[in-house]
Amino acid sequence: MAKHTLSVLVENHAGVLSRVAGLFSRRGFNIDSLAVGVTENPEVSRMTIVVDGDEHTVEQVSKQLNKLVDVIKLKKLDVSESIKRELTLIKVTANASNRTEIIQIVGIFRANIVDVSKTTLTIEVSGDSDKVAALEDMLRQFGIKEIVRTGTIAIERGNRIIKVTNNEEE
Amino acid sequence: MRMTGAEAIVKALEMEKTDVIFGYPGAAISPFYDALLGSSITHILTRHEQGAAHGANGYARVTGRVGVCVATSGPGATNLITGIANAYMDSIPIIAITGQVPCAMIGTDAFQEADITGATAPFSKHNYLVKDAEDLPKTIKEAFHIAATGRPGPVVIDVPVDVQNSTLDFKYPKDVDIKGYKPTCKGHPMQIKKAVAALEAAQRPVICAGGGVIAANASEELLELAQRRNIPVATTLMGIGSIPSNHPLNCGMIGTHGKRTANYALNHADLVLILGARVGDRAIGSASVLAKRAKIIHIDVDPAEIGKNINTAIPLVGDVKLILADMLKCVSSDDSDQWAATIAEEKQKWQKKASADANELKDDKEESQYVNPKYLLPLLSEVLPAEAIIATEVGQNQIWAANNCQIHKPKTFITSGGLGTMGYGLPAAIGAKIGRPEVPVAVISGDGSFQMSVQELGTMKHYAIGVKIVLFNNSRLGMVRELQLSKHEGRYSQVCLDKNPDFVALAAAYGFKGERISSNSQVKDALKRLTADDEPYLLECIVDPMEPTL
Repeated sequence: MAKHTLSVLVENHAGVLSRVAGLFSRRGFNIDSLAVGVTENPEVSRMTIVVDGDEHTVEQVSKQLNKLVDVIKLKKLDVSESIKRELTLIKVTANASNRTEIIQIVGIFRANIVDVSKTTLTIEVSGDSDKVAALEDMLRQFGIKEIVRTGTIAIERGNRIIKVTNNEEE
Repeated sequence: MRMTGAEAIVKALEMEKTDVIFGYPGAAISPFYDALLGSSITHILTRHEQGAAHGANGYARVTGRVGVCVATSGPGATNLITGIANAYMDSIPIIAITGQVPCAMIGTDAFQEADITGATAPFSKHNYLVKDAEDLPKTIKEAFHIAATGRPGPVVIDVPVDVQNSTLDFKYPKDVDIKGYKPTCKGHPMQIKKAVAALEAAQRPVICAGGGVIAANASEELLELAQRRNIPVATTLMGIGSIPSNHPLNCGMIGTHGKRTANYALNHADLVLILGARVGDRAIGSASVLAKRAKIIHIDVDPAEIGKNINTAIPLVGDVKLILADMLKCVSSDDSDQWAATIAEEKQKWQKKASADANELKDDKEESQYVNPKYLLPLLSEVLPAEAIIATEVGQNQIWAANNCQIHKPKTFITSGGLGTMGYGLPAAIGAKIGRPEVPVAVISGDGSFQMSVQELGTMKHYAIGVKIVLFNNSRLGMVRELQLSKHEGRYSQVCLDKNPDFVALAAAYGFKGERISSNSQVKDALKRLTADDEPYLLECIVDPMEPTL
């Protein structure tokens, strides 16, 4: 199934996340990932939602989201016209014998080691999902103990911005 | 002006020109009820919160205003949920105000605490939990705006009891500005041009009118368009009343339980103009088949409905009244009525058959053993004035009413369409009578549905509300029985209600007049007695348990 990224500006109120999640669940839409945080305007938060589905599904998702009074603005991000990133923390099994090799791989990916112990190494990597997946692949042979991901966040290229406006024609 | 939160709610309702509210008190809403004593707003005390929600719904449907219902926290609020969901599915503007435990106790499983804002999120247009009394005036103003504009719907306002008791400086805002809510009213001029062109090019156009035409008060524009180009008009269940039942261009209700003529028209059309309808699955079952055969123009105020269930060639978002008015400015007239004549022939054919069937019953040498609803309902329509309001329950009684009553005006046929809520009819009829006391209001009911809201007879007695109840008693859950016959090879499971009480005696216990009839020959006289005055009356009709819906 194709994945589509929606960037949604919402009111920064309690319960908004629950409403959006509820909408997806009752309409049977699949959320691949959801990340939310406050924007440059403290009254507005931005949700980046990656949806699994065909064109028709994504159109319905967008329209239903727009119906929510808390949703101010929504834009489907074009793959080629936007930058996507996610942050992942990976804990691998590591001991004296293979630690160096892991450190080399981490260096090649320009990732960071944020924790070390006798038996583990914790790596922080950020990038587009392909890069993160590639690093995971390389680390699998050592034994991945735990992975924690943020969702995907995205921003448009160039000087395009998604902003709350009072323009009724938008 | 300084006042308590409770007084502010009452004052805000007065600012919104609310004259009636339906409700049931409790601990968490008692400050509001105290403040209500100082107001001129009429409060109708129902016998179940569900009755309050359905009452507000019926009131809203017949007046075009926003209905208001009030309940306490916990079970009071949860009892409103069916009514709120019902209003959501049928796009009816109501406000539900519920009490809540004090702010500090929210989330502690306090006495009569229920997360009503969480619970109603799926079936409300929007909801609020007001934690600061200062927010009350703005919240109520916004709530009324959201409920009544765009695609109407229910809004829930949850007010903790300590917020009702705290004080604020009351200032009622002049306007609303909600960043995320700006419904489109005017249609896109390009799309309107396209729609007009398509309509003029079509050989066999059909209009499908839904509840949106009635909500937008667009009956005049609908009629003008249909008449100008001789376009047959079919309606959904919610669209009944948008065009008079006896109008020559009216083909009747579409769908699984609709009229053959209406479905024929839709199946042979090359263009279908869908007005204010959401292409429900009971109305248009095979949307993909229809869209392949006919060009679809879909006009609706809710952009999410367009393209949701049917592939639309020409989508048009906006208020159906404004869009039709714009279309009428440039649509040419068409005198050719070949297609309309074909539909009229179909209609005549089926009407002849229907009256032949009815006559068969009348000409029986013996007295018929039961009352036939399809015989009674047209006679009821004859004896009621054109502006009379008919409410229905849900099930066979609902479809019999939809297909056999003559509805002359919009906002005079009230039925639970989308949710199909049994027990809706009686409290909705009560709400309707309160909203339009000067017209006769009848509710078409069944023995199953009637017993779901029977306690509202108490509300009728309390306020002397003259609703006329026509109860089709077949001692069955008729619609489900029919389903079990066709889908489960007649293995009937839990559809037999043959230990019903004496409904006429029950009505008499409330002090109401009534009678029971069991033959078609008794119908005409009974209807005279039913409609003789403006007092409550229960007409129980014994109906054949095997009487088919269609």
